[in-house]
Amino acid sequence: MKRTLPGFPLSFGFMMFYMSFIVFIPLIALVWYTMGSGWEAFWNAITDPRLFAALRLSFSASFIAAIINGVFGLLIAWVLVRYDFFGKRIMDGMIDLPFALPTAVAGIALTSLYAENGWIGSLLAPLGIQVAFTPIGVTIALTFIGLPFVVRMVEPVLRSLDQETEEAAGLLGASPFTIFNTVLLPLLTPAILAGMTLAFARALGEYGSVVFIAGNIPMQTEIVPLLIMNKLEQFDYAGATAIATVMLALSFLLLLGANILQWWLSRKLGQKVVDSSR
Amino acid sequence: MNTKTYKPLLIFIAFLFLTLFLLLPLLIIFIGAFSQGFEVFWYSITEPAARHAIFLTLLVVVVTVPLHTLFGLSAAWALTKYRFRGRQLLITLIEIPFAVSPVIAGLVFIILYGVNGFLGEWLHANNLQIIFAVPGIILATMFVTLPFIARELIPLMEAQGSDAEEASLTLGAGGFRTFYHVTLPAIKWGLLYGVILCSARAIGEFGAVSVVSGRIRGATNTMPLHVEILYNEYQFAAAFSVALLMSLFAIFTIVIKQVVERKQQLG
Repeated sequence: MKRTLPGFPLSFGFMMFYMSFIVFIPLIALVWYTMGSGWEAFWNAITDPRLFAALRLSFSASFIAAIINGVFGLLIAWVLVRYDFFGKRIMDGMIDLPFALPTAVAGIALTSLYAENGWIGSLLAPLGIQVAFTPIGVTIALTFIGLPFVVRMVEPVLRSLDQETEEAAGLLGASPFTIFNTVLLPLLTPAILAGMTLAFARALGEYGSVVFIAGNIPMQTEIVPLLIMNKLEQFDYAGATAIATVMLALSFLLLLGANILQWWLSRKLGQKVVDSSR
Repeated sequence: MNTKTYKPLLIFIAFLFLTLFLLLPLLIIFIGAFSQGFEVFWYSITEPAARHAIFLTLLVVVVTVPLHTLFGLSAAWALTKYRFRGRQLLITLIEIPFAVSPVIAGLVFIILYGVNGFLGEWLHANNLQIIFAVPGIILATMFVTLPFIARELIPLMEAQGSDAEEASLTLGAGGFRTFYHVTLPAIKWGLLYGVILCSARAIGEFGAVSVVSGRIRGATNTMPLHVEILYNEYQFAAAFSVALLMSLFAIFTIVIKQVVERKQQLG
């Protein structure tokens, strides 16, 4: 006879109370406040040209960063799963650095590297390329913080694939590129997309690693979270909550998207793939 | 697939990319911290404002992490040992803080507890201050770090099932005894990693804390905020010195993760 384990009311009750107090009630308060501020305040805040400029920058920089991470994340996951080499464990550990390193620390380190007198910045300056305090700098910071998502999402999938199909295709004379495109890529695509979606979502909201390297020039290198910060400093709560509510809605859509991709992924592979990202 | 020919090239690209994006930033922190000698480094991490920032950061960790541990264990127990409708939804909801911008995580508490917020007047009348004070910093950190321990434990306990616990109960052990002697030993490594990762994030949280802190030096400055102020004052060596302390903890976190993964593979 199966016995029911004790402790459900206690553990469930504590979990719900805790999540409500820390996350749910504060988030509901934000939406509530936005609705209470009236339609006009909301409309004024979300039709501000400065917000459009910030949204354009946040979306394009996050998107490019997600693409870079998709390509290099796949390559790094491949190298980690399929090859043995000196320094593999160090490489594996390094991948987690963006999750573990405080964002402000990453921000000042990247800014020092890419500033005009920095190690990399001084190499690019003679070529006429300025990175720090431009959208390129924002993209680099967002690439840094999104790096682990694709790697950690693709790794377990790649490990779970048996190599028989690839070998069969090889015996039939297919070139490595054909095998990669026709056998591997279709199986890996959901994982790559899920990782890129998570990286993109994280990048949209990112603040600490970006503010130092962005330079924060209105209409040019101002990201959306910084705009919320500015509104708060001017005590424009209605404006701040309006932008925050829009961003919140976008984040939830992305989270939903990532979850659907993960569900598609686990169905496709016929097993539960646990992502080890973050 | 025969990819031996590409092996050196692919490994080289991977290392090049990681050097550019991860290794060089880490290296520059070390070099920056000691750029004006060891004495400046030592002074930067022991002067009163730095000491206070370190103290406040540790205080935040000491409050946040035990509470999140309790939450993580409760959530994992409730969500993996029983089957009920909405279970999967709750597992997803725990991850909400990951999808929310840190700035918004700070903003929500200003809306609730700030001067013009929902509870602002009541708090003021009772002489309680949360925003621009330590409780606000702790709340904002708790919001951002809430999922870390729970999301380590849930997949672990899900995979282990509840046969061992059922056996223990059948043999007459009580609920808490079963938890302590059966469940806890089985999840201890995952729990350890969750606790360390949660601590690392609590130490390093910047955006959310920055919104609610008010940045009062020697009062509401945590380590990341202290780094920001120093950097904006062009005190680069001092900024990198405090940054180095935090980076060392980040590296420690990664080492623990590798150890835990090895332990789990060995069973």
